[in-house]
Amino acid sequence: MGNAVTLAEAVRELVHDGDTVALEGFTHLIPSAVGHELLRQGRRDLTLVRMTPDVVYDQLIGMGAARKLVFSWGGNPGVGSLRRLRDAVEHGWPHPLELEEHSHAGMAAAYAAGAANLPFGVLRGYRGGDLPGLTRVATVTCPFTGEELAAVPAHRPDVGIIHAQRADRRGNVQLWGILGVQKETVLASARSIATVEEIVDELDPRPGAIVLPAWVVDAVALAPGGAHPSYAHGYYDRDNEFYVAWEEIARDRDVFQAWMQRHVLDTADIGEYHASLAAEALAV
Amino acid sequence: MSVDVQAPVSADEMMAVEASRRLRDGTVCFVGIGLPSVAANLARRTHAPGCVLVYESGTIGAKPTELPLSIGDGELADTADAVVSVPEMFAYWLQGGRIDVGFLSAAQIDRHGNLNSTVIGDYAHPDVRLPGGGGAPEIALDVADVFILLRQSPRAFVEQLDFTTSLGDNVRVVVTDLGVLEPRDRELTLVAVHPGIDVERVRAATGWSLAVADDVRETEPPTELELQVLRALRTKGR
Repeated sequence: MGNAVTLAEAVRELVHDGDTVALEGFTHLIPSAVGHELLRQGRRDLTLVRMTPDVVYDQLIGMGAARKLVFSWGGNPGVGSLRRLRDAVEHGWPHPLELEEHSHAGMAAAYAAGAANLPFGVLRGYRGGDLPGLTRVATVTCPFTGEELAAVPAHRPDVGIIHAQRADRRGNVQLWGILGVQKETVLASARSIATVEEIVDELDPRPGAIVLPAWVVDAVALAPGGAHPSYAHGYYDRDNEFYVAWEEIARDRDVFQAWMQRHVLDTADIGEYHASLAAEALAV
Repeated sequence: MSVDVQAPVSADEMMAVEASRRLRDGTVCFVGIGLPSVAANLARRTHAPGCVLVYESGTIGAKPTELPLSIGDGELADTADAVVSVPEMFAYWLQGGRIDVGFLSAAQIDRHGNLNSTVIGDYAHPDVRLPGGGGAPEIALDVADVFILLRQSPRAFVEQLDFTTSLGDNVRVVVTDLGVLEPRDRELTLVAVHPGIDVERVRAATGWSLAVADDVRETEPPTELELQVLRALRTKGR
């Protein structure tokens, strides 16, 4: 298979310091294992693009890997705040974080425009309110009706990163369930990485599934459990208890750093990460 | 499953019940997590079985058996009539004008129903960085009717928003833990109080000089059926 590598190899070859990276997955199939590998390899100065930063970006921001965040909703879904994101914005810890903030509709339009190789996305949005004056949005006039519409610059990440259920041995990637913006992310990006739950001989059809052909995905790496604490439809459920627990872990800088050291930096890969979490659960 | 319908009615329960009563059979409803999800699922299990629940994760016609903790829980996709991508959700379905009712909440609201869910304090140097608008700015513009669920206090019901995240133009009702406000001449006006709440208490919980309707009524307490169904709803992972 042309694009099959280990996750460590994929990150080493495809992600560089200073890159703009988009790790997408709308509550489902969040590529957490890739976030962890970015930290193990010490990537710095990243511009992180993602609609809902979630735990994976709280970790990257809290560990100081990010220079800028492009986003539309930065909370812990169903729980509350992302404490590391807030600490960076409110107190500049571990260093200041530049924000480029959009609405969900704006982010979605920006990804779709990037995938379509257009310079901007167009939508009926960003009308009124204070955000339009503070972010990258402009107005265009419809040449046919004269209607004024919002224009958002296309997302064109250096690297688009997703997690999916399966790939076949040729490297075609298949995902189903909640699809988010993963297809747009891969097609909008100059390079792309997909981690998968399993690699199979043949991709049999699944209801609602999409396939990203091997030739649009630069690297496919096996990472079972790689979406934790989000989920992989048909493989494992969302770890709702972890999202609740993350509030306590991330609230305190020292507790957060110790947790990241133990479960991410001191583990070699997603398998060891899960073993480390299981060992801690047993010890309680 | 047996549930206790004798226990006192909580503020959250009153809010969910009052909101659910405003959903009609067949209403297409854009639902967020928390009380909106409770209200919509209660409506679907009582007077509005044909109420269509749309979650912004792309699940259309979701019929969860337990309340999801996140808008992207797997059960929403399993039980949905259709699952669409996020760009499609916002472009074809929300902007396309297919959604009747959208629920919103926020940290702050003003007398016109404008909302702040972005920052407390200055944007560049906030005292509290809130999650941000997410879907709210376009939901507020693109649905026919915006319903707001928000606990009433002077901190939340403010004279001046710290930041305007979404506009109040389409707000039809604000259900709080104390009563119900509806726009009259573009100003939110108290039209009902919950059982046991007097108007003065609502005024005291409002950071602006609250307009009060001449004919303020008392909301109907939850029926036994509403409480039964409401209390049987469980949130996943909680």
